[in-house]
Amino acid sequence: MTITNDHRRELLMDRSVPGRVGSSFTPLDVPVQAPPPSGMLRNDLDMPEVSEAEIVRYFSQMSQFNFSIDHNFYPLGSCTMKYNPKVNDEMAGLPGMSEIHPNQPEETVQGALKLVHRLQTYMAEITGLTGTSLAPMAGAEGELAGMLMARAYHLDRGDANRTQVLIPDSAHGTNPASASMAGFDVVTLPSNSSGNTDMEALRAAVGENLAGFMLTLPSTLGVFDTNILEVIRIVREAGGIVYGDGANLNALLGRVRPGDLGFDVVHSNLHKTFTQPHGGGGPGAGAVMVGPRLLPYLPEPVVERVSDSNGVERYTLAKPPKSIGKMGAFHGNFGALVRAYSYIRSLGKEGVTAISEDAVINANYIQSQLKDDYDLPYDRTCMHEVVLSAKSMKRDHGVDALDVAKRLIDYGIHPPTMYFPLTVEEALLIEPTETESRETLDHFIGVMKTIAREAQENPELLHDAPHDTPNTRLDEARAARKPDLRWRPSAE
Amino acid sequence: MESTKFTSPYSPNTDADRRAMLDSIGVDSVVELFEDIPAHLRNPVLDLPSPLSEFELRHDVEAMAAENTTPGDYACFLGAGSYRHYVPAIVRQLAGRSEFMTAYTPYQPEVAQGTLQAHYEFQSLVCQLTGMDVANAGMYDGSTSLAEAALMAARTTKRSQIAVLDTVSPALLRVIETYTQAPGLDIYSVSSDNIDLSDDTACLIVQQPGFLGQMEDMEALSTQAHATGALFVVSADPMSLGMFKPPAEYDADIVVGEGQTLGIPPTYGGPYVGLFACKQKYIRQMPGRIVGKTVDTQGREGYVLTLQTREQHIRRERATSNICTSVGLIALMSTVYMAAQGRRGLRHVAELCYHKAHYAASLIEQIPGYSLPLQDTFFREFVVQCPIDPAEINRRLLERKIIGGLDVSDQVLNGMLICCTEVNTREEIEKLAGALSEIGGAK
Repeated sequence: MTITNDHRRELLMDRSVPGRVGSSFTPLDVPVQAPPPSGMLRNDLDMPEVSEAEIVRYFSQMSQFNFSIDHNFYPLGSCTMKYNPKVNDEMAGLPGMSEIHPNQPEETVQGALKLVHRLQTYMAEITGLTGTSLAPMAGAEGELAGMLMARAYHLDRGDANRTQVLIPDSAHGTNPASASMAGFDVVTLPSNSSGNTDMEALRAAVGENLAGFMLTLPSTLGVFDTNILEVIRIVREAGGIVYGDGANLNALLGRVRPGDLGFDVVHSNLHKTFTQPHGGGGPGAGAVMVGPRLLPYLPEPVVERVSDSNGVERYTLAKPPKSIGKMGAFHGNFGALVRAYSYIRSLGKEGVTAISEDAVINANYIQSQLKDDYDLPYDRTCMHEVVLSAKSMKRDHGVDALDVAKRLIDYGIHPPTMYFPLTVEEALLIEPTETESRETLDHFIGVMKTIAREAQENPELLHDAPHDTPNTRLDEARAARKPDLRWRPSAE
Repeated sequence: MESTKFTSPYSPNTDADRRAMLDSIGVDSVVELFEDIPAHLRNPVLDLPSPLSEFELRHDVEAMAAENTTPGDYACFLGAGSYRHYVPAIVRQLAGRSEFMTAYTPYQPEVAQGTLQAHYEFQSLVCQLTGMDVANAGMYDGSTSLAEAALMAARTTKRSQIAVLDTVSPALLRVIETYTQAPGLDIYSVSSDNIDLSDDTACLIVQQPGFLGQMEDMEALSTQAHATGALFVVSADPMSLGMFKPPAEYDADIVVGEGQTLGIPPTYGGPYVGLFACKQKYIRQMPGRIVGKTVDTQGREGYVLTLQTREQHIRRERATSNICTSVGLIALMSTVYMAAQGRRGLRHVAELCYHKAHYAASLIEQIPGYSLPLQDTFFREFVVQCPIDPAEINRRLLERKIIGGLDVSDQVLNGMLICCTEVNTREEIEKLAGALSEIGGAK
């Protein structure tokens, strides 16, 4: 039996009352024209009829059912939930940025193209690579672009047999999915007990079929692979492309550049490292940077600065000579690019370089304070995030990572990433970011210690958590078994 | 004056905080935390500009914005995949709430019911608008929706050819080509007078209206697609569905669309949101995030991400797609827009577009030297054959503070694709016609 007793949750279509309107109607100011043939017209348009004030209250109340960075500590591992500066939103919302049309002639959007060109340059500089395309609209699309470039590179050289892509077992799921969409066979590579690449497994796996290696650095275990130069040397000598998943780039800013390490291609999630707000699941932006080998294959467009015969400079949208093609209908998520640009300019060289220091100190501080209360699968210096485990807690008290995560909600803290990486049992992946204060971290540490105590003394409290949310734990199995994916008129 | 050594307003910890934390960690210096990085490559000097204060940043970005010619200051008749509409204030206000804006993908449903229920509303309204059974929570944009629809059709039918009607936008076609290059699908073009489908054709892709604005005979195309067992994949302009037949009525199997037209500013091409809807029987092949209704431990209704076994974080290399984002915030904006316009408003805006575009066409058609080469029914875009190179006409229109239509002379001799929406006033339309008359006459 289901109960719907919360009026605030009523859906728009159920609130609909014939005759109500939610917006004002602009009158037609031209003569009425001949209508289209009636057979082409729709008879019915069953959309909501709700007043403006009701819509505002509905969505405002709904918003309060969310945790968000602006309201809560949000240490979601590998997601880099850092503070999103407000001025960036205002810059993206300037009419000269938000109202310009993607099909405008280039001479009328020189300011926009200049901004994109500058951001391309900054991203190449930060990652130590040669060329940038800001066309991909999400991190996963940046991965797809990167792997399509790897494919085009090998095919161009007549290496059609290079079909295998190595991916560590700790990788984010988008890596194997992207490699697969780019036509590659995925070979999963184990990590060793320190969280580094298993070198023997790597040596055994590389061969003449090797197309490339997709590596997240630091890894999703929160550690910097100390064998990285050797790993890259082996892959390159075997003829493979070295792909860097920049999801964790926050840890490297100003500390080391992937291009200097030997990566051929890196994507950066501008919504993580460069503060495009996550928006409840997007929009993102997936800048992709490449070294010389892949430069001709960049997705289009890229912005180039050219001089005309009079020496007057202008910016132009260009197609790289062997481009893998377009990743979207237009030029990428420009609104996100304005925000990333604003962020990099606000921090400048000094600020960008300081990000990684604070992010890494914060994560190591959490690790040092919680390693006696939770299992620490990799007891070494971590980078910007730390993976803990509730394995012993589960064995001793029947309380698992899910229970810990849900109990954190009762304390007003968003849960860490849980059960990921897949290679760590009962994983809790914690990424504090540089924008959290020592006081916030101390509060979190205190709460985590309290929860560890509660697990011993009152495990039921954790099993039932969270307690004060609009919903208690939801039945996900039922949702998948009997999919209810949309409003339908009630049977009555 | 006090020292202005740069201190980030976004990072709270002071040197004293860092010192205390490093002591707790048990290291002397932050340098020790980075010792896993090869020493000779550590701490590169980045060639980036110096920091800007918020005041300085605003000046810098506003100067670039001022270098752009902004529709609104200029009359603008561009469309072709991105459309200017009036966006009610509540769209930005509600989507700008930081509870929505600064939340992550709703992996923890108990603290994401706001996002999840909004996504469910989005799915519901997309279904209402298209008439389809189910919809997902959103794709990157309309073009990647269409490319993913092609991949889905190939998966579903286990066929390898994709037929694309020749009136589909070149930009959409390019994105389909990007997404299908690796699986080795064969993309080929068909025209409405010769729909050549084989028993290996996975789908027939049709854009409605077509790139040049023309409305296709969808019933006939649908029948022909289904006759060979191909899926009928439609890229529909969502705004056109305010007045024209929804794709379900001509038996579309997969319907996609560019959601930008539903309340999203043009923003030089993104972020937008792709609509993606299909028949019930195909849901397990659908890409993207999907929100479902369920109940909690106390029997109360609530929402979760569902059918996740299709997705990359579970299925990895065997996922239906690598997609990870649903462009949640933009989907929310279009949800609020659809709610605000509602039953009457969506039809009204669509009709304003229709009548204004036809009024513009009727004026331009009368100008000596200009003609309308296509005779089909159109919605809010139409092709004008100009007496001279449309690029030249557009240059001269700019001098008159008009951004003209898209140059489509590669498809139609001296062709210009002109779009009118409700934001183009009668005054602007008549000014355009007057200007075209002057420019054409000056040949």
